[in-house]
Amino acid sequence: MVTEGRAASTEGSALRIIEVTKSFPAPGNTEMANLALDATTLSVAAGELIAIIGPSGCGKSTLLRLIAGLDVPDSGELWVGDDRITGPSAERGLVFQDPNLFPWLTVRRNVQSGLVARGLLHRKRHEVDEFIRLVGLEKFAHAYPHHLSGGMAQRAALARALINHPRVLLLDEPLGALDAFTRMKMQDEVLRLWQDRRTTMLLVTHDIDEAIYMADRIVIMTPHPGRVERIIAVALDRPRQRNSPEFLQLRSEILERLHFAGAAVRGNADIVETRILR
Amino acid sequence: MVKESVQTTAASRSVGSGPRWQTLLAVPAATLVTLAVHLYVPNNELPNEAGLYSHFLGSVLAAGVIAGVIQFVWPWLKRWMRNMCPILAAAILLLCAWELITGVLHWLPLPYFPAPPAVLQSMINDRALLFDSTWHSLLLLLSGYLLGVVIALITGICIGWFTPMRYWGMPLLKVIGPIPATAWIPLAMVLSPSAIFSAVILIALAVWFPVTMLTISGIANTRASYLDVARTLGASRTYLIFRVAVPAAMPSIFVGLFMGLGTSFLTLVVAETVGVKSGLGWYVSWAQGWAEYGKVFAALIIMAAFFSTIMTLLFKLRDRVLGWQKGMIKW
Repeated sequence: MVTEGRAASTEGSALRIIEVTKSFPAPGNTEMANLALDATTLSVAAGELIAIIGPSGCGKSTLLRLIAGLDVPDSGELWVGDDRITGPSAERGLVFQDPNLFPWLTVRRNVQSGLVARGLLHRKRHEVDEFIRLVGLEKFAHAYPHHLSGGMAQRAALARALINHPRVLLLDEPLGALDAFTRMKMQDEVLRLWQDRRTTMLLVTHDIDEAIYMADRIVIMTPHPGRVERIIAVALDRPRQRNSPEFLQLRSEILERLHFAGAAVRGNADIVETRILR
Repeated sequence: MVKESVQTTAASRSVGSGPRWQTLLAVPAATLVTLAVHLYVPNNELPNEAGLYSHFLGSVLAAGVIAGVIQFVWPWLKRWMRNMCPILAAAILLLCAWELITGVLHWLPLPYFPAPPAVLQSMINDRALLFDSTWHSLLLLLSGYLLGVVIALITGICIGWFTPMRYWGMPLLKVIGPIPATAWIPLAMVLSPSAIFSAVILIALAVWFPVTMLTISGIANTRASYLDVARTLGASRTYLIFRVAVPAAMPSIFVGLFMGLGTSFLTLVVAETVGVKSGLGWYVSWAQGWAEYGKVFAALIIMAAFFSTIMTLLFKLRDRVLGWQKGMIKW
């Protein structure tokens, strides 16, 4: 069931991250630098859904910000297709854990803000309703963001990112702030959007189940310095069963990976299994 | 069943579309009391002034009664009266207290503290000049205020957004800004060709500082993630400034607009008192020169109504622009 990640072939990839290093000044000491990402290389095929997991400080959000073009790497290159990433662009959408909807705009105006920013509202006005319908917010089109529940706000944020038809959609723990039930429902919604549109997606998450449930491949990162520890391909058929033996097998394997396969980890894995058996 | 229907009527009454009868009667009752004090408590008012005041109170009484009847068929008036009747009644009782203190009990010395009938008489006698003064004050205030706001928004956005501008602009702002605009009066009188012109500049200066300061702080406090999101949506710098930073700064800018309005009133009145030969500030000092304190009070009352109207208009503007905050903050 579990196979090693295939070797990164740079040909025909939607997104290539080549030997990227990024450091930040250590707090309180400008001489020292924290290495957030150390010579990280990753290649993502077009239409692939990649999950990135790892403990905090492993550089997964940094990686996403670099791909978004919001930060500049110290060294290394990032490419989308044949274009080198030099700054932010509408072709790489980003959704944060906090939906970050503009509170002064209604849902509709939030969704269309990408078109307004690029001066395309005139030609593509019809798409606004389409995307609001896509995320099921027709009834809330004229509501202000603070009237929305967490799940609805995140759906609006997704529609806002998708209206630009990005080649890559970057999701930085987008479901992290939602309660367990909304979260599972939203996982299905994001999968539906992905299957409809085949947008390349990078999903940063803390939730191993979420990663296994959604991703084609799971990138496991480790901190200090941040680097890719391992890439695991998830060869499970969709729709995936959260309680199938293969799912759980993969889950404990990843848990082990994340805890560096020490004695303490075995204990952890046992706890997981007893919980499952019960 | 019966019980239920009783409960619903009781509930609908307490939720109540109309004001309670106590609220409706507050204004007529207060007017009656004031009128009774005016007519039957002996005072030393002039007969013609006393008669005019009786007519005035009579009109208020009639208006209160008529409004109380019309509100049964006019929902907007109903809502307005439920809200306003208690405060209006209190204002009328305040007139009564004023008359008792000045006209009846003579606690305050004449001619500095005239009774309400004398003030009403002055207001009516001098209505043309008072109207003219209000009009001139309005023109001066608006031109100074708008000029100040426009310049403040430009400097505030520039200093708030562009780092080099902040380096050069902030020290200047910190040194020049805190000087009260009125302190520039001697210099303004020497430098400017006309008193009106220098008053406009002074009012603009008084508005400029608070609005600039709060625009800067609003822009600088824009959540970085809003800007990040906008960048990944393909936003240009113009979009980032005018569609993200400025709307995000709007609540703060409005605080500046309100503070600026307060300082602009002050500067307006001072400028009219010392330099400009028109307006309500000038009228007050002119009437005081003739020891016509009825006119002074008349002008003060008009000033209060004038300034609070402008304040109300700014509140209405805020409600429109910042309506999206309703439900997020204690409104």
